[in-house]
Formats: sequence, C-alpha cells, structure tokens
Amino acid sequence: MNRKDLLGLRGVPREDIVEILDTAMRFRNVSERRIKKVPTLRGRTVVTVFMENSTRTRLSFDLAAKRLSADTLGFSASSSATKKGETLMDTARNIDAMKPDAIIIRHSAAGSPHMLAKAFPWSVLNAGDGINEHPSQALLDMLTMRDHLGTLEGKTVAIVGDVYHSRVARSNIYGLTTMGARVLVAGPGTMCPPSMSELGVEVRHSIDDVIEEADVIMMLRIQRERLQPGMMSTINEYSHFYGLDLERVRRARPDVLVMHPGPINRGVEMTPEVADGANSVILEQVTNGVAVRMALLYLLLGGEAMGGDSDAE
Amino acid sequence: MTRTTGMNGVEVGRTLDRLATEMIEQLGIPTDYSLVGIVTGGRPIAERLADRIEHSTGVRPATGTVDITLYRDDLYTGLEKPVLGETKLPFKVSGQDIVLVDDVLFTGRTVRAALDVINDYGRPRSVKLAVLVDRGHRELPITADFTGRLLMTEKTDKVEVRLSEDEAGDDQVLVIPGERGGQ
Repeated sequence: MNRKDLLGLRGVPREDIVEILDTAMRFRNVSERRIKKVPTLRGRTVVTVFMENSTRTRLSFDLAAKRLSADTLGFSASSSATKKGETLMDTARNIDAMKPDAIIIRHSAAGSPHMLAKAFPWSVLNAGDGINEHPSQALLDMLTMRDHLGTLEGKTVAIVGDVYHSRVARSNIYGLTTMGARVLVAGPGTMCPPSMSELGVEVRHSIDDVIEEADVIMMLRIQRERLQPGMMSTINEYSHFYGLDLERVRRARPDVLVMHPGPINRGVEMTPEVADGANSVILEQVTNGVAVRMALLYLLLGGEAMGGDSDAE
Repeated sequence: MTRTTGMNGVEVGRTLDRLATEMIEQLGIPTDYSLVGIVTGGRPIAERLADRIEHSTGVRPATGTVDITLYRDDLYTGLEKPVLGETKLPFKVSGQDIVLVDDVLFTGRTVRAALDVINDYGRPRSVKLAVLVDRGHRELPITADFTGRLLMTEKTDKVEVRLSEDEAGDDQVLVIPGERGGQ
C-alpha cells in the first residue's frame, strides 16, 4: 500500500483493505504487553482536529498515535480559534507552519479532509466528514466481523437505522461490498431512501425483513444533531419499529453479531439487554479501533530517510 | 583476498549440531533457558537448535519469535512498509535466560532492535546471541556468544541463507558478490 491519506473507503481496492486488517491484527499484540508502546513513530507529530464532538474516535486515534510513540496534540472546535471565526483553511495553514506529519480531522462539512489532503504535504486521515465517510470506523467494524466470521466474502450484513445520514454506514457499504459481502439496509423511508441501492445494497423498509438473513446486525445511532423536522414522528415510534430488542434478536441466527458504532442511545436503537447481551461485540469494536488506527498511522506516514543501513538479509 | 564460499546442506547440518552441543555444554538444563528466533531468518534456526537439544538431552527448551519491524532504525525510507511479522514470547520474559537466534550477523542493527523488543516484554535475567553465520562488518558493539561459521565477505556482498522446510538436505548459505569498489 502506498498512499498518503485515507479519506474514505470508496475506491480503495481489496488488497489495501486486507493489508490494513492484517496489519491491525499484529498491532493488537502491542496493547497486551507490559509496555504498550513501540518506537515506530518516534519524533513524528500527529495533530487531531475535531470540529465535531467525539469521545471514542478521538481517544482511540490519540492512543494509537501514542502507542506508536508519536507526539500528539489535540484541537477541538470548542477550545479553538474557530469560535473566533477562523476558516478551516487558515487553521490548517497555521498547523502546517508547526510542521506536523499527519492530521486526523473530523468536520461537519463533507469533503473537508479531501481539501486539506490536496493542499498540504502531510497525511490526512478522515475521522468523519459530515454525512460522507468515516473509514477508520468501517475498518474496525470489518476487522471485528472478520475475527468472528473468518471472512467477509459472501456474508450478509444488515445496517439498520438512519443509513442516509450515516458516514459509518456509507464507509461500511463501500468497504463491505469491495470485500464481497452482501449488504442489506433498513430504515424509515426518510432515512433509507430507495436510491441507496445505487451503492450496491439491498434496501428494505423493516428491520423484520433483514433480521433472519443477517450474519451481522449493525445498528446505527439516531443522530439527533442531523435530524430534520418530519424525518420521524417520535423517538418512541422509531424505537418500536426499528429498535433491536431481545425478541427480535431471538429471531436472528443464534450466532448473529450485534454491532453499534457508539455512542448508544439505550432504549432507542437497542435495549440494554441487547447492548450488553451475548451477541453484542460492541466493546470488541472499541478494542479493535485502537489496533486499526495504529495500522493506519503505520502504513500511511511516509517520510524521508532517517539514516541507517538495513541488515535484513 | 580470501573469501570463503557459502555452505552446503551437510555443512549447515554439522554446524547446527556443533552449536547445539556448545549450548548444552554452556547453558545447562534446557528448561532454564529459551530460544528466541528473529523473524524471519532466525525462526527456523531456533526450532532446529531446539530439536537437536531435545534429541541429545531429552528436554526441549521453550522457543519464541521476535519481529523487529516496529523497532527498525531505517523504517522511514520512503518505501512501502514491510509486512509485520509476529512476536510471540510464550513464557515469562522477566527473569528468563534467553538465547536470541538469527541466521546472519552483519551490522548488528537487527540484534539491537531485537533486544529493545524483548525489553518491552519484560526484563530477562540474561540474553545471549547465537548465529549460523557471522559475516563481519559490524556497526554496533555487538558480538555473538555462539557462532556457526565466520564468513569473510565484502560489505556489498549479499549473504543468503536458504533452509528447506523439512531439513531434507538442500539447505544452503550463498555468498552473492556485490559491486566491487576500487579493487
């Protein structure tokens, strides 16, 4: 794999996805050692720029960079000059002047990581851009699925909820279809329009139409911040028609994997018994997140020679 | 200048026999130490040494592997990243006597990196080094405790160790001449 940035999974070839997942498996080992750190990115600087809220993704990237010995600094909308009216481009120019090696960016505007990747020499990792993509999340989801299913080829993954406004769903759809999985999506018509089928997925309108076929059920968060009036009547009604409860899980395959990218609205997308139940792999997703992000930083950060011969032979 | 050629299968086998004998002589009961092969070249040699030690004493020392990729001092050369190998140390590292095993000792940088890996897993009581071939041209103050064969080489030569999977006899060590400077 030879690329500077990871902006999305659309168009990323299968070999690259396999290389990222295989590399991530090796990195899991680092988090289980006495000293959870390797010197690989010593002297490199990784900046996290989070213009939208995040707990998991930000902590996960930060920890991944630290476990590779990079120096990290964080930057968030609430604590930054953005509040004073600075544009993203000006913010980036200022960060650039501090000579970073990689920037991890989350922004509400789709395409903002792409703009930075074009304009600057450092690596850009998209940590979520509007409703477009969230590639590292999809990669950690695919790693979790592959751990349990052995392969993604031919497996059926059902994505349920507000698919249209979900960058997690979009990245998963690109990645999973590249890997040969079958993707079913289900949600209310306002959140799961028939046009989604152009992405190579099968569109259903009831959770009950996908449950029995699925090897994996991925529940999406209702993103109250992106909801517009008229998209659904009430949270209770949504939960009744699209929420995952024990009764629905019982109708699925006994070994079905229940996933959620977090944060969970308990009682909305799924009941607590399902979130904490035997089929749930939600916390494995979090553990795999650190490994996947270590793999991404390792594979993407290039740079000039640091000197020294190799005696690999 | 004298340059020994490589080794054939019989020579590799005898050299490993001798290394195993020296280790039995000097290290005592095999349960007291572990052999750790450096990925990729050192791994099969560690296994073969363990086989021989077991054959002579009836006891097999524990074996493990270290992958040094993440600890290399030349990782960022603008090339594609090497594939990560597996570090597997299936014993308690702290307090353990360890023999690091590699196929070729050259600049010493690989061994330096391997020592760093081991140290991040624990603090061994001691670490010794066993190599099949020492080809010279050290760049660090590192030397082997158990050396199979000394090879006189030019720095630009390549030394290749090819081991068959099942030790069927087609093992060889090749010295491939590199560019000659000012001769």
